[in-house]
Amino acid sequence: MGLKSNLHNFRQKNKDKKWLPAFSAIHTFLYLPNETTHNGTHIKAADDLKRTMNIVIMAMVPCLLFGMFNAGYQHHVAFGEIERAAGGFFSLDSTFWTMDNFMVGFWKVIPLVIVSYGVGLIIEILFAMKNKHEVEEGYLVTGMLVPLIVPIDIPLWMLAVAVAFGVVIGKEVFGGTGMNILNPALTIRAFLFFAYPTWMSGDKVWVHGAVERDQMIANGSNLDAISGETILGSYAQGNTNVVYDYWDMFWGIIPGSVGETSKFLIIIGALFLIFTKVGSWRIIFSTLIGAITMGLIFNGVVNAGWIPETSKFYGLMNVPFWQHLIIGSILFGAVYMATDPVTASQTNKGKWIYGFLIGFISIMIRVFNPAYPEGVFLAILLMNVFAPTIDHYVVQGNVKRRMKRLKVKTA
Amino acid sequence: MGLFSKKDAKLITDPLADNNPITIQVLGICSALAITAELKASLVMAIAVIFVLGVGNVVISLMRNIIPSKIRIIVQLIVVATLVIIVDQVLKAFAYELSKTLSVFIGLIITNCIIMGRFEAFALGNGPWKAFLDGIGNALGYGVILIIVGFFRELLGSGTLFGIPVLGDAIEKTGVYKYGYENNGFMLMPPMALIIVGLLIWAQRSKNKDLIED
Repeated sequence: MGLKSNLHNFRQKNKDKKWLPAFSAIHTFLYLPNETTHNGTHIKAADDLKRTMNIVIMAMVPCLLFGMFNAGYQHHVAFGEIERAAGGFFSLDSTFWTMDNFMVGFWKVIPLVIVSYGVGLIIEILFAMKNKHEVEEGYLVTGMLVPLIVPIDIPLWMLAVAVAFGVVIGKEVFGGTGMNILNPALTIRAFLFFAYPTWMSGDKVWVHGAVERDQMIANGSNLDAISGETILGSYAQGNTNVVYDYWDMFWGIIPGSVGETSKFLIIIGALFLIFTKVGSWRIIFSTLIGAITMGLIFNGVVNAGWIPETSKFYGLMNVPFWQHLIIGSILFGAVYMATDPVTASQTNKGKWIYGFLIGFISIMIRVFNPAYPEGVFLAILLMNVFAPTIDHYVVQGNVKRRMKRLKVKTA
Repeated sequence: MGLFSKKDAKLITDPLADNNPITIQVLGICSALAITAELKASLVMAIAVIFVLGVGNVVISLMRNIIPSKIRIIVQLIVVATLVIIVDQVLKAFAYELSKTLSVFIGLIITNCIIMGRFEAFALGNGPWKAFLDGIGNALGYGVILIIVGFFRELLGSGTLFGIPVLGDAIEKTGVYKYGYENNGFMLMPPMALIIVGLLIWAQRSKNKDLIED
């Protein structure tokens, strides 16, 4: 008897113990369940929920690893320890792909991952034990998304509070995985954003060590302050002189949340999700189309001269529409957040509308509300709420059309 | 017993828990969300509603046989409006700062569904003593929720209770804990009040399963 069958037997033996869901959670994560369907015709597919989740996680791993390198690199650059690297992703000189950069990032990012998974899974297990069901795999993706969309220096206790809030209020009160209205990862981010705004925006939080350095200066140390503003942050403050060029933005050599900076890796992740048919290409593309449309409208307004250069919106409105796609986290949101099958629209036509409005509203918030330099998470949460309504009207529209056809035929 | 029979006692205790105006009847939510960012404001609001509903119920109950039913709503409105103006003037005279914080919400007691609801449902059909107890009971039930919500919102949102620092800098100064506690700004926003009321409803219904409606 191998370990595998021992574990299966162990599970059978302790069938009605209270803690069994906790054991099963880890067990099903490691092994396939050995229950099979016994009677009737059934279709067998290899992609169960767990496999779907694992594919999404795999698509995120490059972003996570890159985030570690980038975190260390931004830290060292900001502290003046290394020069800013020049060149693209593959031709970056030796200052970027260093073990030292990676380790700095690693020790900052891994605690985020551990806290996110630890707190989230404990709450899931508690609810599973209370409601006597198996722990669902839903948290696997959320737990990985959360570290990717927070600033690197966020205090761990804040993350823990936010994860607890997001999982309970965003998901469990609605009935757990598959029943939630809002994307739990974004609920967690929204909670952090509104609860602890000083840790979620501004020019200090995006580079590891900048906040600490600020406190040292406040305490009288004679050091240079560090500014690691995101591109959107500086635009929002009316500063249009961005030191990063477009290729920096595309490859992701810029300050930002842990995993969202590299547009290149996000596109690779997107292709992976589309080819495995886990992510909906309709949502991804319609989000981008929505963002481009809004960007074009703003560009048009600027070109037509309807808005004076002194206006506080001028800077962001003047950003070329295609550039909106490579700054900020619109791409990350479109690929990993908007496509969440539970909270997105289910109908194909609905997906187009849902995605389009996400992109459209994201850019609108980005331009019009300097207090929220990035509106993507708000736009996705808003559309999460509207997704069922969109579906309802799409389905009703279909019903009406068919009824009409039926009447014509029978008449 | 006489004045205070078991039935009368129930008029007060029922709205406190199993028939709470906020968590069970889901009335008067607006003010519960709007003014509970501070415990002091919640407390004053609770007292104001206790006064208005207690006195108002008695007045309506005394007049119940002479109010023509066609214009009873107008009569009720006049009674509430009079009482609310009294509260408003008293606050302005003796606690000006607080009346600023509460701003329009004192005036909006007039539109608080709990008050018109009790006038219609109870005071019009019962004697003054019973109506008084019912008014006090419902207002207390409302006030209790306000104070619970206000307690959590002020404690976690500003780190104070009645304006006295409790969390945050205050505990860091004692040296017991100094790992950077920060107040939760979300608590000060109305959505969080809604979530706290929701959690209270959740807690109450999971304790008393009879309250769960399908």
